[in-house]
Amino acid sequence: MTTIKTAMPGVIYRRPSPEEEPFVREGETIEEGQTIALVEVMKNFNEVKADQSGRLTRFLVEDGDEVAISQDIAELED
Amino acid sequence: MNELRRVLVANRGEIALRIIRACHTAGIEAVSVYSTADENAHWVRLADEARHIGASPAHKSYLNVDAVLEAAVDTGADAVHPGYGFLSENEAFARAVKERGLIFVGPSAEVIAAMGNKSHARRTAVEAGVPVAPGTGPLTDVDAALREAEEIGYPVLIKASAGGGGRGIRPVFSPDELAEVFPGAGAEAAAAFGDGTLYLERAVEGARHIEVQVLADTHGNAVHLFERDCSVQRRRQKLVEEAPAPGLSDALRSEVADAAVRLARHVGYVGAGTVEFLVGPDEAVYFMEMNTRIQVEHPITECVTGVDMVAEQLRIAAGAPLSFAQSDVVLNGAAVELRINAEDPERDFAPTPGTLDAFTVPGGPGVRVDTGFVTGDTISPFYDSLLAKLICWGADRSQALARARQALEEWEIAGVSSTKALHRYLLDDERFRAGAVDTRWLEHRLCEGPWTAPQG
Repeated sequence: MTTIKTAMPGVIYRRPSPEEEPFVREGETIEEGQTIALVEVMKNFNEVKADQSGRLTRFLVEDGDEVAISQDIAELED
Repeated sequence: MNELRRVLVANRGEIALRIIRACHTAGIEAVSVYSTADENAHWVRLADEARHIGASPAHKSYLNVDAVLEAAVDTGADAVHPGYGFLSENEAFARAVKERGLIFVGPSAEVIAAMGNKSHARRTAVEAGVPVAPGTGPLTDVDAALREAEEIGYPVLIKASAGGGGRGIRPVFSPDELAEVFPGAGAEAAAAFGDGTLYLERAVEGARHIEVQVLADTHGNAVHLFERDCSVQRRRQKLVEEAPAPGLSDALRSEVADAAVRLARHVGYVGAGTVEFLVGPDEAVYFMEMNTRIQVEHPITECVTGVDMVAEQLRIAAGAPLSFAQSDVVLNGAAVELRINAEDPERDFAPTPGTLDAFTVPGGPGVRVDTGFVTGDTISPFYDSLLAKLICWGADRSQALARARQALEEWEIAGVSSTKALHRYLLDDERFRAGAVDTRWLEHRLCEGPWTAPQG
């Protein structure tokens, strides 16, 4: 099992905007390079991309949570 | 008259400190509110009392209406100063403050609402005899938008009624592009501002951003403090501001100032406000929007008029008349403000949170630095990127710019990237030094490159 980490500290969002569906749900398979969340840093939104393909088994953060740099945000089953 | 004894400062950073200073100078106590990230902040320590209002993300603290109100009531404050950003233009907050029997330092909730809806504000400007760019009322369907755009002429701007401050604006250059962009712009506006209403306005090519500072009290006095030029922008965010606007004719200066006061009177404005205009190369003036709060760049106006604007806000809130008349306001010299943001200009202005390892603030005649930070502070990722404002006054523009150049030389900032190096370059740019650039100039200049600061 591996994890996806943040590259920037800030506030994490699992959907592109409040009304939209999440980028990815737990249990779904994702491709390398796919956006799985946004991190808001000083009012800028930065995409969090998967660095490898696999099944995303679990998110470790909630929508709107604070995240630190290099924090694990999701678990991936390769 | 309601003499103010205790003011709650519903903000953070440099503007919180600015308000605390104004309170103390006027013999008023100041109460700070702070998020977890700001627990040990310099401005929090300088307040007479401080309350923790929530976790670090803004929506859990500085944007939390109930938490801010509770702190105000709990600490026995008799007024709330909202600063800029956060809850400053939130009509529901202004109304809630009043309902709790406290004074909101700013205009009424009704005026905030009327000016906050940009399409409505445009109509109000027309009623007040203030010129607007050719445009439309609120639009909901793309066919109507296409018909109206034919009348107005391309390029047109698609604007969100609930936007403002440069947000929610999309330029389009043809009917095809309008048809393609319009539906998405509505959805975006709905998501970002909770209101998907759009309107169109003709794009004014080669325009300068000229804004007029107004102050109005509850006794029917409304004055202007002349204008600021905020044309040096990137993605519609201001980086450099100047007062007065370089090269503006006296006739044009009077025209925009009079229009701003006319609008303030028309809406029954109370407090400090800014009326923003676009001024075309043909000197045509168009109303853009009115900001119903103190503005980031207010210090340059203070420098050239000698008016302490936050002190006046507090006087007005207490029900006192303005301390001066229009005829007392005289332009003296020139001032420039450079925004030092924690952004890396060499990496497309990416934000750079981190620790301020060095922060040696400059000084000397005519040099003012407004900042909420001191060496060793953490610049957190949760709020905007403004580290400090460098405000320099001179007997004329060239002295103000020379002082700014010297101040940048003295200023060591380490630990985070900043826009300091970019400003060093801009101050040496011939076109900028000549004055009167338009709002697209900086973006074009950044594309031309290299802009890296000259050595020495």
